[in-house]
Amino acid sequence: MNEHILKVDNLTKKFNDFLAVDSLNFSVIRNEIFGFLGPNGAGKTTTINMLTGLARPTSGSIYFREMDYTAHIKKAQEIIGIVPDDSNLYEELDAFQNLCFCASLYGIRKSERESRARSLLQQFHLSEAGKKPFKFYSKGMKRKLTIAAGIIHQPSILFLDEPTTGIDVASARQIRSLIKNLNTAGTTIFMTTHYIEEAERLCHRIAFIVKGQIIKIGSVNELMEDVQKDRIIQFSFDNDVTLDQFDQDFCRQFQQCSFERISESVIRLRSSKALDLMPFMTFFDSRGIKIIEAKIIKPSLEEVFVKVTGIERELMRKDKESKKA
Amino acid sequence: MKTVIAFWNILLKDMRNYYLKPPNISWGIIFPFAWMLMLFLKSQTPVDVRTILAGVMAMSILFGTTSMLAVTITFERRSRSFERLLLSPISLTWLMLAKTLGAILFGIVNAFVPVFIALFFTSLSNIDWAIVFVSIIFIAITSTFLGLFIAVSVSEVFEAQTFSNFFRFPMVFLCGLFIPVSQLPVFLRLLSYLVPLTYGADLLKIAINRNGHIAEAISFPVLLAFSVILFLISKRNIQHRWIY
Repeated sequence: MNEHILKVDNLTKKFNDFLAVDSLNFSVIRNEIFGFLGPNGAGKTTTINMLTGLARPTSGSIYFREMDYTAHIKKAQEIIGIVPDDSNLYEELDAFQNLCFCASLYGIRKSERESRARSLLQQFHLSEAGKKPFKFYSKGMKRKLTIAAGIIHQPSILFLDEPTTGIDVASARQIRSLIKNLNTAGTTIFMTTHYIEEAERLCHRIAFIVKGQIIKIGSVNELMEDVQKDRIIQFSFDNDVTLDQFDQDFCRQFQQCSFERISESVIRLRSSKALDLMPFMTFFDSRGIKIIEAKIIKPSLEEVFVKVTGIERELMRKDKESKKA
Repeated sequence: MKTVIAFWNILLKDMRNYYLKPPNISWGIIFPFAWMLMLFLKSQTPVDVRTILAGVMAMSILFGTTSMLAVTITFERRSRSFERLLLSPISLTWLMLAKTLGAILFGIVNAFVPVFIALFFTSLSNIDWAIVFVSIIFIAITSTFLGLFIAVSVSEVFEAQTFSNFFRFPMVFLCGLFIPVSQLPVFLRLLSYLVPLTYGADLLKIAINRNGHIAEAISFPVLLAFSVILFLISKRNIQHRWIY
């Protein structure tokens, strides 16, 4: 039987009249990576803050290992590990000192915390670089050490808030691999992200959260069921072409499929039935629209997200860019 | 036992990270020394050094503790490392006591710098050292909790500095160090009794010069009450402002 490490019932957070998190219901199963996917301002961090004790729920219940901790989340903090979206270790301390200090906050004795710190530094490849004060680390190193600090007390569940946001590609890859390894070693992980590909690659189950509400929840395969039958063709046109001219004609002629603009000169056609390229080629050709590329797109989680939430790719992209900035 | 380990390590980290840094140590010595020198140059006889000692000790504690605590907590809050403490299983009361104990000890050590300097200029005989020591502890506690109150009321380090001065300078002039409380206009006199430093400085005056005007039996409970109230307000502020 699947054991629920975390269960949330009707979790709600209001800031005056603003409903930041609206009646969330979900559970996290032991040994899984559970992803919370949504754009900026969706309520991801507020949810994590409520689950970890940095925010008080307006209503609802939080259960860890089947016990209700809503009113006294402090007692649950021993079994929780937290890695915030921004590294929050001590600038003046080096890696070893930071890890030892974090372990001491959980009442771990000196010999034990030193041994755990050494082992984590080795595991995270920070033994050498970690001798410098934290303030001199790269963003990737900072994030890795923050993750190490989050697990030094061997928590039952680790909360990762946007673990790869704002760091370079190589470090992001390392961190994803670390997350995988941690999970393989038995750590249950709850992570928030707005990188759809990251959620798809790492998470066993994903919840889409938009405007404080969970829109859909399930395993990647379950979520993909909605779009797996879809046939998608992407056309790229000559840059000079404006596509406004054919919108209505197109909808009239190809009623079996929908189309979506990806950019000014790129569209995607989607249908639940097999698509024949020729009628489209003829249609564009008759309107003097020059096709420079046509390709079949394999449906991805991004398609599901867009379909379910109605949030445009462009918005998520802007989110990513603003977060990076 | 877990709480003790966490408490001790928070205290130790703060002492190493903030209080035992060379700039702070030098500041802790220079500040009282500057006050002493300034007032000594104005005084005429060795007895005068003894007269000003209580005031300099009180100011050294007040400025040392409020500055350090207000700045370190605000700084940790800005860098989000304070969040790490809030997310650990140590209770908020113990956490705040661990954060403030370092500043209290720093204040106590600061108070003895003027004493050490005064030794070179005057005799320190006939001083009730027991009252001096207890008074120093009480002034350090109330000043630290005042610093804590300031730290949790602001979000920027510069705000902490400004806000600290908003309290500190009026307190210095109201507590009877420069102008005896009895000579203050009535409304300022009333205000001076709302300032914890008035009671602390008066206790030191009693212990050093036997010229205080408030009974010890009043000053000690009042200082204790100030400490408890400031601590509870700060705790409430953290619970409401930082755990939103």
